[in-house]
Amino acid sequence: MDTQVPTTSSVSGSTPQTGAPVVLENLTRRFGTTKALDGFTLHIEPGEFVALLGPSGCGKTTALRVLAGFERPDIGKVVVDGQDVVHIPAQKRDMGMVFQSYSLFPNMSARDNVAFGLQLRHQRGTQRRTRAEELLALVGLAEHSAKYPHQLSGGQQQRVALARALAIEPRVLLLDEPLSALDAKVRAELRDQIRALQQRLMITTVFVTHDQEEALSMADRVCVMSRGRAEQIATPAELYSKPSTEFVAQFVGISSRVGVVRTGDTVSLFGRDVTIRGAAPEGAQSLDALLRPEDVDVVVNPTGLGIITHKSFLGATTRLEVGIGGAAVKADILSSGADVFELGTRVDLVANARDVLVSAPRPAT
Amino acid sequence: MASLGLGEALEGDQDFMDQYSRGNPSAPWIKRVRWGRGIALFLAAVYFIVPFYAAMQFCLQNVNGGFSLAAFKEVGEAPGFYSALWLSTQLAIATMAIVLLLMVPTMIYVHLRLPRFRRVMEVITILPIVIPPIVLIVGVDGVAPLWLKSSQYLLAVVYVVLAMPYVYRSLDAGLGALDLKTLVEAARSLGSGWVSIIWRVLIPNMRSALLSASVLTLALVFGEFTIASLDGWTTIPVWIYLTPTTNPRINTLVAMMALFGTCVVLGLVVSLDRSRRNSRRS
Repeated sequence: MDTQVPTTSSVSGSTPQTGAPVVLENLTRRFGTTKALDGFTLHIEPGEFVALLGPSGCGKTTALRVLAGFERPDIGKVVVDGQDVVHIPAQKRDMGMVFQSYSLFPNMSARDNVAFGLQLRHQRGTQRRTRAEELLALVGLAEHSAKYPHQLSGGQQQRVALARALAIEPRVLLLDEPLSALDAKVRAELRDQIRALQQRLMITTVFVTHDQEEALSMADRVCVMSRGRAEQIATPAELYSKPSTEFVAQFVGISSRVGVVRTGDTVSLFGRDVTIRGAAPEGAQSLDALLRPEDVDVVVNPTGLGIITHKSFLGATTRLEVGIGGAAVKADILSSGADVFELGTRVDLVANARDVLVSAPRPAT
Repeated sequence: MASLGLGEALEGDQDFMDQYSRGNPSAPWIKRVRWGRGIALFLAAVYFIVPFYAAMQFCLQNVNGGFSLAAFKEVGEAPGFYSALWLSTQLAIATMAIVLLLMVPTMIYVHLRLPRFRRVMEVITILPIVIPPIVLIVGVDGVAPLWLKSSQYLLAVVYVVLAMPYVYRSLDAGLGALDLKTLVEAARSLGSGWVSIIWRVLIPNMRSALLSASVLTLALVFGEFTIASLDGWTTIPVWIYLTPTTNPRINTLVAMMALFGTCVVLGLVVSLDRSRRNSRRS
């Protein structure tokens, strides 16, 4: 499969676009008794790439569909470029969309698919075809322009869909889990390509995904959603290192819960005092600390309190799971030094985090 | 389209057989399957071809037992034949147009917005099969406006109802093979209105379904006798029945021609569809 990142020459004729600012204000959408969106608010800057991340049923796709015009909110505003578009039908919103399932028109070649939106905008035949060829070159499919969707691989089809969405020079580009049907290698390649294109063209982009790796690697900002609301909107680095809620900490990255005792603004974690990050539950002395795998070091100690229960090779790093005091703590170590850690090895854990997120302890089950 | 022609299905089957038998040359069950399939095809062919052959032989033999095309000439000269043929053709075209104009948007709407209503639709479209034609024509005659009652197109309206079970099933299969919601939303996001979506995106992708619905409607109109007869219109089947002739071979030949004509149209439709698909593949 041809997956080159577009070169400068390949985008000749594609002038960088300036994206539109988008405001989703207090959106509420019910389906029967289910609240898919519950006062969801999100402000997107022009040219920004925002990922909506969350588990199934959190409302991320509904939010995107409301923005696209396929769903109408019960309450709330959708403002694009200063204009409230809630009552404007989808076909008049000038938003390019790439769908999760392959959405190319089966009766049209790749070139005709890309030219479809241009034809609706009454562009002349030769101009339309030239523009379609340019866009196919932009996504690295210049040689496949005459092929029909069934003659293209899944990754190629999604790239044609991307070219088709870009052809109409949309005010906002909407990506509804476009990579989820692809295999891992193609997904990684296309992920880089989409990001490169977005940065080149500077189109305001909203990307829906349940894959945190995709969201963190592609987006300028990530909006983590839960039960129809935005839990946290932050840069990927901030989201990972400073999750504002327990849900975000659990959903983004991998967290282990360890019971700790609070002393003022600190908790005692594996014998070391660590500052509490953010707000802690009022009055409670016994808390749970939420730890990333890189927040702890593992040291072999034949009289240690921990014992290695799982060991997974991840390439450059190896993930250990240590059973200690009734908790299961995940820790990442360099694979080059992983030989000394066998299943059943006695170890000590050492906290290396400067601060730690805490929550009320989970009730015993 | 996801639908597969019979020819392709058999070709695929043959590929599988060839591949399997190469790897396992002594597989006796393959031979048994091939024999079984051959016998089944032969019996089916006998069932359909023998009556057709007998009828054609009856039509095309002269008094001495030899072969003659005189019956064709007699058909052309028979009074009322061309007007009956023209009437049936008009009715077929009108019925196809009305039923497709009515059913295509309805089916798209039901598939997109009211998927639960599909079961109800299925039941409703079966009704014309169980309602006797006399009830249908008397009922329609009772409510039709006067201008329509006096027009041959009243028959087209009734034929639309009769064609519904076949048209519904063809279109339902065609729409079921498409990712309708995604295609419609993709077209809408690109700026397409509903007419454009149906005309440029959905109809080209439902071609096989539309063709099969049209051919079934054509066959129905060219074969329907009871309603046309009750309403007093001389369509081809009514003409065959009514035409006083000293030569019954003419009536049989016209019936055979109607059957043959439908087969030719069906064959053309299938081969056109296949050649388009093959040209796209190549």
